[in-house]
Amino acid sequence: MRLLTLLALLLAAALGLSIIFGETVLSAAQYAQGLADPASPAGTILFGIRAPRAAAAALTGAALGLAGAVMQGLLRNPLAEPGVLGVSAWSGFAAALAIAAGLGALPGVTELAALGGALAAGGVIALLAARFREPETLILFGVALAALGGALTALVFNLSPSPITYAEMLAWLQGSVANRDWPDLGAALIPMAPGAALCAYAAVGLRMLTLGEETASLSGLPMARLRVVAVAGAALLTGASVAMAGVIGFVGLAAPHMVRGSVSDDPARTLVPSAFAGAILLTLADLAARVIPSEEELRLGVVTALFGAPLFALIAWRAARSWRA
Amino acid sequence: MTAVLELEGLTVRRGRRDVLADVTLDVAAGEMLGLVGPNGAGKTTLLRAALGLQPRAAGAVRLAGRPLEALSERERAAVAGYLPQERRVAWNMPALDVAALGAGALGPHEGRALALDCLTELEVGDLAGRGVLDMSGGERARVLLARLLATRAKLLVADEPAAGLDPEAQLLILERLRARAVAGAAVVVTSHDLAIAARFCNRLAVLHHGRLRIVGAPGAALSREVLAEVFALDGELIASPAGPILAARRLPANPTAVSC
Repeated sequence: MRLLTLLALLLAAALGLSIIFGETVLSAAQYAQGLADPASPAGTILFGIRAPRAAAAALTGAALGLAGAVMQGLLRNPLAEPGVLGVSAWSGFAAALAIAAGLGALPGVTELAALGGALAAGGVIALLAARFREPETLILFGVALAALGGALTALVFNLSPSPITYAEMLAWLQGSVANRDWPDLGAALIPMAPGAALCAYAAVGLRMLTLGEETASLSGLPMARLRVVAVAGAALLTGASVAMAGVIGFVGLAAPHMVRGSVSDDPARTLVPSAFAGAILLTLADLAARVIPSEEELRLGVVTALFGAPLFALIAWRAARSWRA
Repeated sequence: MTAVLELEGLTVRRGRRDVLADVTLDVAAGEMLGLVGPNGAGKTTLLRAALGLQPRAAGAVRLAGRPLEALSERERAAVAGYLPQERRVAWNMPALDVAALGAGALGPHEGRALALDCLTELEVGDLAGRGVLDMSGGERARVLLARLLATRAKLLVADEPAAGLDPEAQLLILERLRARAVAGAAVVVTSHDLAIAARFCNRLAVLHHGRLRIVGAPGAALSREVLAEVFALDGELIASPAGPILAARRLPANPTAVSC
């Protein structure tokens, strides 16, 4: 409980910083005006632009953190995340395809395509998870699925009808929560809420999987069902996060790793703190993307990858201990 | 005695090959059965097929008098607990949390109390708070056995529970499993240590090339003839005050073969 309180306070602080700071520098008088009158120009910047953007980053980060924790528990591997199973790749591919088909201008179509791509990949993985129990096999299928999704996305770029479409697809795939408003958040919650509920349902199965498939199978839990539920929950969360913010890597990898030691490595108890940690990470990453001086605003996916890649190497280094054990 | 595990004509096929052929065997409450045989004889396959972890090509399995297929996952878990040979643990959870995974049917407080009792019984109660990946192989093996004991299942199945452990740990682990049998559980263990198996088990089942060669009291099951035919050993079990000792030497596999 103390951990969750600490994480909630850190998230509140990250959201506060994300609302206070941004590309437009406000004076103390403007802050006062904005706080007193949300309809004022300063108030619009704080609560109409920055607050929904910060909330979108937090919500996306929470979804990715939770999906990452579920994937790691399911595959019993600290290096797993939604990208490893190809869910992110197919989500990005479907979104790119929708943009290339000229549907990007229609409201919600790209987002629905992203969600559909994630669910399609999640469906394939769920079918495979029911057939093959070994996590190594699932990871191998996931790598193949991710490679195929990446190749198909490259093909869409290759056949892109115009430079504008090309730029639009690239912007989507690099990830961003710029210009998100409150209705966007409401729409994202529609798939995220059932996704989170499915993950919560599967939590007890993830804990039992710590001792391997055979022990879990004889634990009395309906492991075949829990495995499929876990994949479905993670796919919904990943698809919704890609729909909200494009393809963002490493949050799903890093968030569970940051909190695991504080919950005695218990995969079930890792879930909620991972969501908080993901929310904090992505809120701060979005703040960094906005305030790091550059001619063009840095893309969120680029910032998370720049910080996430070294972290990935560090996790691999530390994971060697459990492999030796 | 009531049979807790009944196998009738159990056959498991891999490709066209029978890796387990027509095995019929009972294990009763209060009995400890040792499953022995050379590598590849089908010991683990038999255990996995008996527990429904591996599809069988033919034959029937009954647990506590009911067909395996008729049991729900929860009912099967209440009857049978399994300790696989593989001792890999994915996360560095504390020993107490790992042992408590066996007591999932109980409430969290009762489950942890039972798990601590089982850890203490296996002389690792003082390590309850330590991460299992920070432990030695022997300590981890005891924690995993504590998880099995915490299931309080009617049938305890342990695949090579003492393999790779020092002699004291081997004796402790077999003693505790034996104590469960004395208390009324049916216990099945596999072992490559024939003397240990003979010492702790009421009966031994000898598997050879997927077939049940003999089932009986240790002295009869590991006769000179069986040792020679199944294990390629020239020797016998000798009684000693501390238990049976296996005095044997290797039989030459093929006198005409060129040694390398």
